[in-house]
Amino acid sequence: MTRNQQHLLSKIATGDGHGEDSPYFDGWKAFEVNPFHHTKNPNGVIQMGLAENQLSFDLIQEWILKHPEASICTSEGVNNFRDIAIFQDYHGLPEFRNAVANFMEKSRRNRVKFDPDRIVMSGGATGAHEMVAFCLADPGDAFLVPTPYYPGFDRDLRWRTGAQLVPVVCESSNNFKVTREALEAAYEGAQDANIRVKGLLITNPSNPLGTILDKETLRMVVSFINEKSIHLVCDEIYAATVFSTQPDFISIAEIIQEEIECNHDLIHIVYSLSKDLGFPGFRVGIVYSYNDAVVNCCRKMSSFGLVSSQTQYLIASMLSDDEFVNKFIAENAISLANRHKVFTEGLAQVDIGCLKSNAGLFVWMDLRHLLKEQTFKAEMELWKVIINKVKLNVSPGSSFHCSAPGWFRVCFANMDDKTMDVALTRIVAFVHQNKETTVPMKKKCWQTNLRLSFSSRRVDDIMMAQCMMSPHSPLPQSPLVRARN
Amino acid sequence: MRHLSRKATCNSHGQDSSYFLGWQEYEKNPYHEKENPKGIIQMGLAENQLSFDLLESWLAENPDAAGFKRGGESIFRELALFQDYHGLPAFKKALVEFMAEIRGNKVTFDPTHMVLTAGATSANETLMFCLAGRGEAFLLPTPYYPGFDRDLKWRTEVEIVPIHCTSSNGFQITESALEAAYQDAQNRDLRVKGVLVTNPSNPLGTTMSRSELNLLINFITIKGIHLISDEIYSGTVFSSPSFVSVMEVLKDRNCDKTEVWNRVHIVYSLSKDLGLPGFRVGAIYSNDEMVVAAATKMSSFGLVSSQTQYLLSALLSDKKFTKNYISKNHKRLKEQQELLVAGLQRAGISCLKSNAGLFCWVNMKHLLSSNTFEAEMELWKKVVYDVRLNISPGSSCHCTEPGWFRVCFANMSKETLNLAIQRLKDFVVETTANGHSPSNIHYSSSKNSKRKLLPKWVLRLSSRDRDRESDER
Repeated sequence: MTRNQQHLLSKIATGDGHGEDSPYFDGWKAFEVNPFHHTKNPNGVIQMGLAENQLSFDLIQEWILKHPEASICTSEGVNNFRDIAIFQDYHGLPEFRNAVANFMEKSRRNRVKFDPDRIVMSGGATGAHEMVAFCLADPGDAFLVPTPYYPGFDRDLRWRTGAQLVPVVCESSNNFKVTREALEAAYEGAQDANIRVKGLLITNPSNPLGTILDKETLRMVVSFINEKSIHLVCDEIYAATVFSTQPDFISIAEIIQEEIECNHDLIHIVYSLSKDLGFPGFRVGIVYSYNDAVVNCCRKMSSFGLVSSQTQYLIASMLSDDEFVNKFIAENAISLANRHKVFTEGLAQVDIGCLKSNAGLFVWMDLRHLLKEQTFKAEMELWKVIINKVKLNVSPGSSFHCSAPGWFRVCFANMDDKTMDVALTRIVAFVHQNKETTVPMKKKCWQTNLRLSFSSRRVDDIMMAQCMMSPHSPLPQSPLVRARN
Repeated sequence: MRHLSRKATCNSHGQDSSYFLGWQEYEKNPYHEKENPKGIIQMGLAENQLSFDLLESWLAENPDAAGFKRGGESIFRELALFQDYHGLPAFKKALVEFMAEIRGNKVTFDPTHMVLTAGATSANETLMFCLAGRGEAFLLPTPYYPGFDRDLKWRTEVEIVPIHCTSSNGFQITESALEAAYQDAQNRDLRVKGVLVTNPSNPLGTTMSRSELNLLINFITIKGIHLISDEIYSGTVFSSPSFVSVMEVLKDRNCDKTEVWNRVHIVYSLSKDLGLPGFRVGAIYSNDEMVVAAATKMSSFGLVSSQTQYLLSALLSDKKFTKNYISKNHKRLKEQQELLVAGLQRAGISCLKSNAGLFCWVNMKHLLSSNTFEAEMELWKKVVYDVRLNISPGSSCHCTEPGWFRVCFANMSKETLNLAIQRLKDFVVETTANGHSPSNIHYSSSKNSKRKLLPKWVLRLSSRDRDRESDER
C-alpha cells in the first residue's frame, strides 16, 4: 500500500481492526484450498472450525415444502409480493417480531415473555453487536468480556466503533467460570488504565465453551453491573442449541424477571437465528433491550442492516407455527445431543477430554497433555500439525484469548455422520501415532469427562464428575481419574 | 453514570427534521381510494410501484427461483448456510450485467469489484467508513437526499459540506460552487476527502451532463480526492438526455489505470429501479482493490440475505426479462411524470425539467407569502394538513432557495395522481383568489378518518414510537 493510498483511505480501512489477521482465519484458508469431500477429495481438510448447525435441515425443508405460502414468490404467496417488496419500515413486519418473540420464549421453555415491540432487527448478530456498541459506548470506552471469547467480538465491538475490549480472565481450574474476583480485577485494571468501562458482554450459552452460566453466576453478574452502573449485554445466540437440561439454560430475561434488584435499563440481549435454526445466510439478527432509549436508537441504526422483508416474511410464517417450533426445538436438541455424544465418546477413547458442556455446536477440547510444553507457541505448533497432518480445521484457544494454552474449539454440528466418522478416525490415528501420548485406557462404558489433573482434584470435583455423565447414561459411574505424567 | 453513547443521544440520525412530520401526519390519516378518500396522499415517498406486475408474472413463470430450487432440486440448505461476504457469484454477475445494460453497455463492470450491502443506506455509510473519519468531510451538491445526513455522518463522524447549487442554472454544479465549498470546509478546519453526487439526482430528477461530470473529474483530480457517484436511480431515466455514468466519462478520457480511476466509486441499489426496497439490496462498486477489500469486510455488518440474492440472481440473469422490464418501466415512469407535469402546469405550477427519478422538483415560490424558509414551512404545512398531500419541502433537502418541493409520482395509480393534482389545483385557485393566507381552509381533523386498510400483517406503528423509517428517498 502506497503512502498516498494510506492517506486517501480512512484509518479504519487501512488498519487491521477487521481482525482477519488472526490465526482463527488461517485454518479457514487451509480448508478453502483443500476442502474435504467424501468422494472427490477424501484426503481434504475437514472443517471443524465453523460453528454451524446443519443437523436439522430436514425438519426445516419438510416444513418449507409443506408451506409454499411462506414464500412471497410462489403462486400461493405471490399476492403478498408487492406489499412485502416495498416494506422497508425499520420496525420490521409485526408478524416477524411476534414470531421471533414466540421462538425466543419457547426456547426458554416459556419461562419468560418477550415484548415484540422491543425487538429490533440487525444484520445478523454481527450487526447487532456493533449496533449495541455504537449505542452504548463512545470511542475509547470499553466492554469487559470474559475469556475465552468468540474472536469476532474483536471486530464487531471495536473496529468501526472505536470501543475497546477488556478481558475478564477465566481459568481452567474452575471450568472457566466467571467469578466476581475476575470481574473486579478486570474492572479495576481498566480504571487504573483510565479506561471507562461501559458494559459487560457475556455469551450464554458460551462460545467457545458450550457451557451454560448457572443461576448464581448470572445473579452475581447482574449485581456486579448494577453496582458499577454499567450495561450488561447478553449474547444468547446459542439459546436453542441447549441439548440437555443438566444444567438448564437460564436466560438473563428470567433473572431480571425475578425480584432481583436490577436496573432494567442496563439489560440488553443479542440474538440471531444463525445458530439455533442454522440460517446464517438469511442474516437475521436481533437486539432486544429493556431500555426504551436503546430500543429507539437501535431501531434507527437498524437502517444500516435491516432484515430482507422476503426473509422476514418467511421467518414470520415458520416461527409462528407452534407445532413446528416445539417439534424443532425438541428434535434439534436430540440431534445435537447425539452428535455431541458420538464425538466426545470418540475422543474419550483416545483419552482426549472436553470441558463438560450441554450446549453450543462445538466442544472445548483439552489437548494440554499433547503440548510439548505449556506455552502458546506449543499450542500453535500443535494446531499446525492438526491442520496440516491430521487435516482438521479446529480453532486454537489462543484465538479466543484463552488464558492457558492447550485448548481447542472443535465444531461437530456442521457435517454429516460419515464425515464425523472420518474426523474421529483421523484423530484416533493421530493420537496413536503420536509417541508423546500415554496408552489409552479402555473404558467400561461411555462417559463424557473433564480432564482432571490428579494434583488438583478435589472432593467436590469428584462429586461433579459423578454427575458428568452422558444424559443417556443409565448408571452412575465412578469418575475417570488419570494421573498426569 | 449509566448514560448512552453520544451517538445515541445526539440528533444526527436526522429524524427530528420536519421532513418526518409529514410522514407522521400521513400515517395518522393515509389516503385510501375506498376506505379513506379524504386522507393524505403520500407524495413524499420515492418508491417505484409501477412495474410490480412484470415481476409477478416473471415469478409465476419461474417457480424454481421462487421455491428455493435449482433444476427442481431444493437448494434451501445451501442458501441458508451461505454467508460468504463475497456474495453469491451468480448474483453479482447478474447484477453487474444489469448495471451495464442500464448504461447501454457503454461500460462494463467486474463482479469482483462489487461489494454487496444491506441497501444503499449501508453502502453509503460503509464507503464513508472506508474513505473518511472524524475531522474530515465530503462535499455534496444541494439540494440532496435528507437521509445522507444520517447515512454519511451519524456513526462515521464525517461532515457534509454543501456545494450550493441554484435555480439560475437548473441547479447544476459549477466550478465556483465547488471551489467555494472546498474553501468553506477549509475554513471549518475540515479535510475534504471527496465529493458525493447523486446521478440521476434526488431530488431534482435530472441526469448530470457530461460537462458537469468532466468538471467533477477535473476537480477531484486536482484536489486528489474521491468521487462517489450514487447511481441508485440510473434505471429510472425515462427520456433524453440518456444516462451517462461517471465511469463512461472516465473511460472516454482514457482514465482507466490512472490514479483518478481508483478514486471513483459507485453506489447502487435495486430499491428504486426494481422497486424492491424491502429486500435491502445495495452495492458498492470501486476500482480500488483496497476499498473493495475493506468494504467487503465491513459488509459483514449488513449482508444481503442469501434467499434474496438467489431470487434476484435468477431474475436478473433472465435477459429477456431485464430488457423488457427496463423499457416498460421507462415508458410507465415517463407517462406518470408527464401526467404530473401537465397537471401542475394547469395549476400554474412549474417544475424543473427532468428526465429521471421517481419525483419532480416543483417550483412553488409564487405561492410563498415571502421569500423565506419560514414561508416555505407555512406553505408546506398547508399542503400537508389542508390539501392533504405529503410532499417534501426543499429545506429538508438543504436547498438554498425557498419555495421548492419534491413531489413523488411513481408510488400511486394514475387515478390517485389525478386526484392529487386536482386537490393542488383547487388549493392554488383558492390561494391566489384569497391572497396568500386562505382563512376558510381549516386543519382537517383526523378523528373521523379511517386508517388505510393494509394486509393484516402490516400493522400500524406502535403508538409509543412515532419515528419513521426514512430510507425512502
